[in-house]
Amino acid sequence: MSDVDPGHTDPAVIRNFCIIAHIDHGKSTLADRMLQLTGVVENRNMRAQYLDRMDIERERGITIKSQAVRLPWTGQDGQPYVLNLIDTPGHVDFSYEVSRSLAACEGAVLLVDAAQGIEAQTLANLYMALEADLQIIPVLNKIDLPAAQPERYAEELAGIIGCDPGDVLRVSAKTGQGVEELLHEIVAQVPAPSGDPEAPARALIFDSVYDTYRGVVTYVRVIDGRLSKRERSLMMSTGAIHETLEVGVISPEPSPSAALGVGEVGYLITGVKDVRQARVGDTVTSAAHPATKALAGYSNPRPMVFSGLYPVDGDDYPDLRDALDKLRLNDAALVYEPETSAALGFGFRCGFLGLLHMEIVRERLEREFDLSLISTAPNVVYRVVMESGVELRVTNPSDFPGGTGAPSATLPGNATNAEGKAVGGKIAHVYEPIVRATLIAPSDYIGTIMELCQSRRGSLIGMDYLSAERVEIRYTMPLAEIIFDFFDQLKSRTRGYASLDYEPEGEQEANLVKVDILLQGQPVDAFSQIVHADNAREYGLSMTAKLKELIPRQQFEVPIQAAVGSRVIARENIRAIRKDVLAKCYGGDITRKRKLLEKQKEGKRRMKTIGRVDVPQEAFVAALSTQPTTEKKR
Amino acid sequence: MPSALPDGDAVPADGSLPAAALDGPGGRPFGFYVHVPFCATRCGYCDFNTYTAAELGGPAGDHRVSRETYPGLAAAEVRFARGVLGPAARPVQTVFFGGGTPTLLPPGRLGDLLRVIDGEFGLAAGAEVTVEANPETITPAGLAELRAQGITRISFGMQSAQPHVLAVLDRVHQPGRPAQCARWARAAGFEHVSLDLIYGTPGESDEDWRRSLEAALAAGPDHISAYALIVEDGTRLAARVRRGELPAPDDDAMADRYLIADEVLSRAGLRWYEVSNWAADPDSRCAHNLLYWTGADWWGVGPGAHSHVGGTRWWNVKHPAAYAGRIAAGVSPGYARETLTPAEQQLERIMLLTRLATGCPVTELDPAGRDAAAKAVADGLADPGALAGGRVVLTQRGRLLADAVIRDLTA
Repeated sequence: MSDVDPGHTDPAVIRNFCIIAHIDHGKSTLADRMLQLTGVVENRNMRAQYLDRMDIERERGITIKSQAVRLPWTGQDGQPYVLNLIDTPGHVDFSYEVSRSLAACEGAVLLVDAAQGIEAQTLANLYMALEADLQIIPVLNKIDLPAAQPERYAEELAGIIGCDPGDVLRVSAKTGQGVEELLHEIVAQVPAPSGDPEAPARALIFDSVYDTYRGVVTYVRVIDGRLSKRERSLMMSTGAIHETLEVGVISPEPSPSAALGVGEVGYLITGVKDVRQARVGDTVTSAAHPATKALAGYSNPRPMVFSGLYPVDGDDYPDLRDALDKLRLNDAALVYEPETSAALGFGFRCGFLGLLHMEIVRERLEREFDLSLISTAPNVVYRVVMESGVELRVTNPSDFPGGTGAPSATLPGNATNAEGKAVGGKIAHVYEPIVRATLIAPSDYIGTIMELCQSRRGSLIGMDYLSAERVEIRYTMPLAEIIFDFFDQLKSRTRGYASLDYEPEGEQEANLVKVDILLQGQPVDAFSQIVHADNAREYGLSMTAKLKELIPRQQFEVPIQAAVGSRVIARENIRAIRKDVLAKCYGGDITRKRKLLEKQKEGKRRMKTIGRVDVPQEAFVAALSTQPTTEKKR
Repeated sequence: MPSALPDGDAVPADGSLPAAALDGPGGRPFGFYVHVPFCATRCGYCDFNTYTAAELGGPAGDHRVSRETYPGLAAAEVRFARGVLGPAARPVQTVFFGGGTPTLLPPGRLGDLLRVIDGEFGLAAGAEVTVEANPETITPAGLAELRAQGITRISFGMQSAQPHVLAVLDRVHQPGRPAQCARWARAAGFEHVSLDLIYGTPGESDEDWRRSLEAALAAGPDHISAYALIVEDGTRLAARVRRGELPAPDDDAMADRYLIADEVLSRAGLRWYEVSNWAADPDSRCAHNLLYWTGADWWGVGPGAHSHVGGTRWWNVKHPAAYAGRIAAGVSPGYARETLTPAEQQLERIMLLTRLATGCPVTELDPAGRDAAAKAVADGLADPGALAGGRVVLTQRGRLLADAVIRDLTA
């Protein structure tokens, strides 16, 4: 047994590091080269983005779940070392997961595209890494590109982290140039882990993945003591005890070992079936000799963005429920509860960490479970305080107190809703979540960006020049404004040059109202939206105009109204259809006509009827797609 | 460009039909449709299966079809039909020469075909024999000859009396010509004369339409068909609309024109008997078209022609050369077919009968359909008296929304 075998590795030869990079800056390609150079993946078995497991990850070029690979490496001193590459998710939605991955490392490679410079999210993650006291190794990637400006961006990086531009490494992950030197630098610069081998075991969970065959696979970094296969494990946040079925390391396929020692990174299988029982940030200890104090930093994921998910075909509702139950096994942040919409039928109100998380869940439901879904426009969580002092947490605009046709508009002050909360009476205060947004862009776009942020109720916190040409702008903004096509607007107004990051910054009181949309006097719950009072009319006008185009003419006139409470703020009319008949139906037309009729019958079955108005599914989909987009459209 | 044929099941080479189709033809009337796939020029709005001499040109191959060779091919298919129907063959109630432009064939050749049909099947007493005619190909002498050959009914493609409307449709006849032809036909001894009109052509006004109707009526027909212009994909007209050279027909204007037609024609004593057809009296109705609408049997002869026998529908290969090849080889010219399930047959009956003034018996409807019928009455789309008598009969407004009513009746 050598001294680099799992469970017996001297912490002095271990280097735990991660790579902080923006999407497309080459993190996965660099990881691929490291796998090859260290020999854990043979060239002939290599495939691009080896560590990205889900199709969606590979297609979008992002990492959703993190992973850890153990890489054997011979240092320049001829000694064997163990490098643990802890892959981190790269998106703002998953910043809590990022923070836990960082907590499992002693060093971070800051990887920046030599043709583009640092981006807002990278900067945010870098600040997190600095706060976690990680040793930062700045690296410029893609130096083989003709558009690369290594001098310029080395200067920028040096300015940000306070090093010498000459210390910035230059690599091409694509060609492999400079990657070997980088591995040597990791050995030289990243501190070896320190921990008490004699103390009770404490291991940090930085990821938890559901596997159909193995149950939940938990990724851990051992801080103190040993995690042994022979001892049962205890999750310190829940107090739950599980059999330890297997511990091991990934290199790059799972390989069981007897134990994991101080500083080591590996996996743990306990037979639990739901990632909620092995939550990211929790501390694993030995049930027999438990630690007394959990590692710091554990918190529950908190959904920030909500949306209703409905099957296009109502018959698929049980399938949607099963699919969500399965996805949840692998996604501790996903929350959902059944809800019923008069317009859309049975579905679920789902909470997400952010827009990307929402899109990924939706895409996985459609792709992996073959479901066709309608999602309502995303909204944030509002805190509503009534004059009676009762407080409501609103995750669905149609639950917002008051409004057209809603019972509370006509009920006395002591009325209650389904949960028994008093919803009658008047609203005293409404609070909405706000975020601290960081934007990085070429300085030419300062005016454009400020104009956009101002129009989205942002207030400027400050501005710093990263270099002569690039500027970092910080704003406080309502989250609701960000999830409403802010990113698309930002990208199009800055020709793609601006990048954005944001983090929760509490809440603020705001003058918010619910805009209801009525078809023939009937409110359509799926179209209700909470907007700032100043924007209510604009929203009403655009929604009514959009629906006028989307809803086919009916046999009667259909008024479409937007209303705040009982006050109509916008109105359109769909004129009654007067002709719906095929002129000619002779011998050669009958088959075609019958097939068309069968198709129309099928189409009618998929229509939602509101009052007497038939609304095609496509109209809902189109009307609700208020461009809630994320970085995938880059 | 002619529109595409539907897909379906394969047709056996000998054209044989499922036993059920030939079972007990009973009281179902039987007729022949004979397609004549030639036109002098192609009109910009037309997607029928028809060809100009130039389109059929090119080097003369084995199966090159011309006006000279075509009647022989059609006669061969009539004989083939006799073989397929066997004991289910019965006297022919109606024959309809359509196209294309049937009058591009000499009257004698149409007469020859009629005699082949009579020889193989027997023409029923008082059989209706219709020919479609383009006004520009017609002379008084030609009409007399058609009548002498046994044609009993003639239908002229008039379309409009307004020169600017005819120009958009690429129709080459002089505006007064169809009415003239109708009068000649009367003089030649045709008891039944029909005129076809099209409304809603880009550039046509309500007043233009009214004048066309008046001009048609002045010629004294006993039958008028009035169709809303359909911009068919793939036609020159569709291309012009797409390029923005012509405005797309407007449904509300179409509705107005339909109401004008119904008003003007009713005042002149013509009554609607199908959504797009008006007749002076029950005998003036087109018996052949009624075969289509009442689920009767007919055999369609010629390229692209559709047939229906006892719940099996089939349609022939489209191109004349392909058709000629099949006929020459003695195999069925059928391109594909479908055998209707009882549910499909019921759907077709509701779909077709509801378009007729005689209406659809409520016995055809399921409970939801009967509820829909009551709702149609409540909405003013179906006649309350007729429903009380057990039939769904559309009101004037109901005719304009016939497809919507049918969707509800069959939902």
